[in-house]
Amino acid sequence: MQSNDYVKLQVCPVDDNTNAKLTVGAPNLSFIIRDEDHTLGNSLRYVIMKNPDVDFCGYTIPHPSESKINFRIQSKINNDSTSTPAIDIFRQGLVDLKQMCSIVLEKYEETVKTFKDMETN
Amino acid sequence: MNDIRTRIKLEDTELLNTTSTNFPGNYPGYDDRLNLDEFRKNLQIQISHLDNTTTEFDIIGIDASITNAFRRILIAELPSMAIEKVHVTENSSVLPDDVLAHRLGLIPLRANARLFVDKTPGDTKEHEDDTLVFKLKATCKKNPKATDGNDDPKNLYINSSVYTEHMEWIPIGNQATKFKMDDVGPVFNDILVVKLRPGQEIDLKLVCHKGIGRDHAKFSPVCTASYRLMPEIVLKKPIYDKDAEQLQKCFTQGVIELEDDNNGRRHAVVSKPRLDMCSREALRYPELKDRIELNKIRDHFIFSIESAGALSPDQLFIDSIKLLMSKCDRLLQEIDGNTNN
Repeated sequence: MQSNDYVKLQVCPVDDNTNAKLTVGAPNLSFIIRDEDHTLGNSLRYVIMKNPDVDFCGYTIPHPSESKINFRIQSKINNDSTSTPAIDIFRQGLVDLKQMCSIVLEKYEETVKTFKDMETN
Repeated sequence: MNDIRTRIKLEDTELLNTTSTNFPGNYPGYDDRLNLDEFRKNLQIQISHLDNTTTEFDIIGIDASITNAFRRILIAELPSMAIEKVHVTENSSVLPDDVLAHRLGLIPLRANARLFVDKTPGDTKEHEDDTLVFKLKATCKKNPKATDGNDDPKNLYINSSVYTEHMEWIPIGNQATKFKMDDVGPVFNDILVVKLRPGQEIDLKLVCHKGIGRDHAKFSPVCTASYRLMPEIVLKKPIYDKDAEQLQKCFTQGVIELEDDNNGRRHAVVSKPRLDMCSREALRYPELKDRIELNKIRDHFIFSIESAGALSPDQLFIDSIKLLMSKCDRLLQEIDGNTNN
């Protein structure tokens, strides 16, 4: 079970000597997510790749003995040099994944109910 | 083109197009962005079998990464109760203490893990909300009423085999009011724990905690959860008579049927591709190889869950979807908490 007293999500510091505050709007970010593996990594990667603003999205498990994943998002730079912040893409990906799960849940519960009703009749 | 997007091609020496590539920008003319309304429209779930222990259902219109996430959560991250500590007062059986404790840990228990909390590490007291306690006491004696000539140990001795039915639940705190006697205990009463002979006895206190499969496989609530992709067999050219019989023999019974057509010849027809186990046997015959195509449909999964007994399999699948949602929630909490700072 997840406990709330440790930091699960961290942002890898950006390489060039930028101020930490500027990473908030950065187009490219690498995240370290603790206590996760392919379960969340692959499904989140799929959902984020479906976002047309994403240039690159991938994840890796640096070492199998340590339970953490490195998740990288690079967003497309538009013609006018603006780009969606990577943190927003990440957040949208989580929201979308949650939505997809709730759609599956809804359909499954509905189907089970119909099946059980049919069985009793 | 549609084939590359939706089918995994099974060739005789390799599999092609196994990864999903339908992302925006990959195919000109296709808008592959995530559209939740389309997803809701295209998603289909069809249950072919459901009872208290097993279920088999089809889930169509979803990607492998999410289905795999559900499967991984079912096996490794759903909590259940299992015997964790064994306090041995007496063990004079042939099994050493650790082997006996290992066997006891693997016994599936009927207890709803959601009604318990995780034990805080380092806490050795038994609380009513995180522990279940059982007693297992058995002594083997010679049977004074044994019938002559029958060498079966069940006749010669009393308690020569210790089964899970000998486990006795000891309620602690308010557990006696919270749970009924039938709700708590091993799922099956006839699991053999240890064999004894006269003079041997076991006197154990079994302490159960809540855990997840990732920690130890005994905590996994499913015997197993697996999925396979829906096979598809395409007959590119009609196949008649002898070849059709050969084709029928290459697949599991029921996959290929032979039908009589109007010209008096029998041709092969694909009737139940679902039964096919994708052995690709037909690709070994040169006369059949070029006339058939073996594929798997990339977004059609035949999901099969067998529960270890604590919860019903449909409840387990629902729990695994909710757990994936709660993982997303946890990360969203952190993001929203940090952007406020």
